[in-house]
Amino acid sequence: MSSDRSLVQIAFYAALIAALGLVPKIELGLAGGIPITAQSLGVMLAGMMLGPVRGGLAVALLLFLVALGLPFLAGGRGGIGVFYGATAGYLAGYFVGAIVTGAIMKAMRNMNVVFGAVVSGVVGGIVVVHAFGVPVLAYKAGMSMEKAIMVGSLPFIPGDLIKVALAAVVAHTIARGLPSAMLSRN
Amino acid sequence: MISLYMAGNSWAHRLPARVKLIFLFVLSLLIIPFNTLWFSAALLLFVVALYATLGRQGLEKVKVVRPLLWMMGIIFLVHVFLGDIEQGIIAVLRLLAMVLLANFISITTHMEALMDAVEPLFRPLRVFGISPRRVSLAVALVIRFVPVLLAVYASLQEAYKARTAHANSWRLLAPFALHAIKMTDHVAEALTARGGADGFDRDKK
Repeated sequence: MSSDRSLVQIAFYAALIAALGLVPKIELGLAGGIPITAQSLGVMLAGMMLGPVRGGLAVALLLFLVALGLPFLAGGRGGIGVFYGATAGYLAGYFVGAIVTGAIMKAMRNMNVVFGAVVSGVVGGIVVVHAFGVPVLAYKAGMSMEKAIMVGSLPFIPGDLIKVALAAVVAHTIARGLPSAMLSRN
Repeated sequence: MISLYMAGNSWAHRLPARVKLIFLFVLSLLIIPFNTLWFSAALLLFVVALYATLGRQGLEKVKVVRPLLWMMGIIFLVHVFLGDIEQGIIAVLRLLAMVLLANFISITTHMEALMDAVEPLFRPLRVFGISPRRVSLAVALVIRFVPVLLAVYASLQEAYKARTAHANSWRLLAPFALHAIKMTDHVAEALTARGGADGFDRDKK
């Protein structure tokens, strides 16, 4: 039973990340089209709700489907091509980011949910994702790290902080309304 | 739950799932360099024509993209705002074409067939004690969940609009998550009731 449930949950969060990627994106021309979307919100939620192992597996599953050609990335992108693009680093960052988010959430399971969500979201969902995304962007777009941070990181921080706040609201609601779904805290 | 799958026996239904997946995969790669207006329009036309070959019922399935239309509108407006109307049209055409093409597989392929098609890819995982069947089930579940989640969100949006006259709000996120998580519990129970993720192991028969 429990293994069926975790399988369904992994699949469900992969689908959630995909669905959140289908909200509007704004491409930054300079940065070679890095999309701003709610997709990373889904990554944060996967880590926060499922914990490191299942959260990471949910992202890995999503990336596998994207590689299969399904249009599940921000704005309906898909296919193996995205793994060769300027934003490939962010995809690796999603995977590691979900694991880190989940690990922090789990480590903080006896503390306030909102506090745990904010800390894990900022570290796993922002710092880790950017730490993977920016160097790849700098390499692929042939620019310096400073410039890559200017175009590929700083403009997204305000939006990312909003997403952390939203993730914390959702985590809070679920911890209250459906505590059994907070696997990272059980 | 709305089901994308349309029972039938068309050429697309008879085509092996693996062939369809490979076609989608190859096409998603091939179109990358062709970023012109005409190519994108032709691509969309081609995909709609695929739907048309399934008959009128099939053509009606094109409606599955309706929940995405507002998003397409915003993408278009952003490009207009940036002063590039043509790029906006191209972006929207491609999005529609690729989403519809991927959906075409969901419409004409039974989940079971989809599962079987990707299973061999995961045989190497046996070494780690993960049965490939679980992976392909997870894959099929994701493909199935995405349209369902979009439909759940759309219905919440509708209710919210009726109450407040606003179309969308971050306030919908938490109820959306609650709603959807409850749904996964039902799916998990249904799965267990049917013998669990590993099913009635076919390899042992």
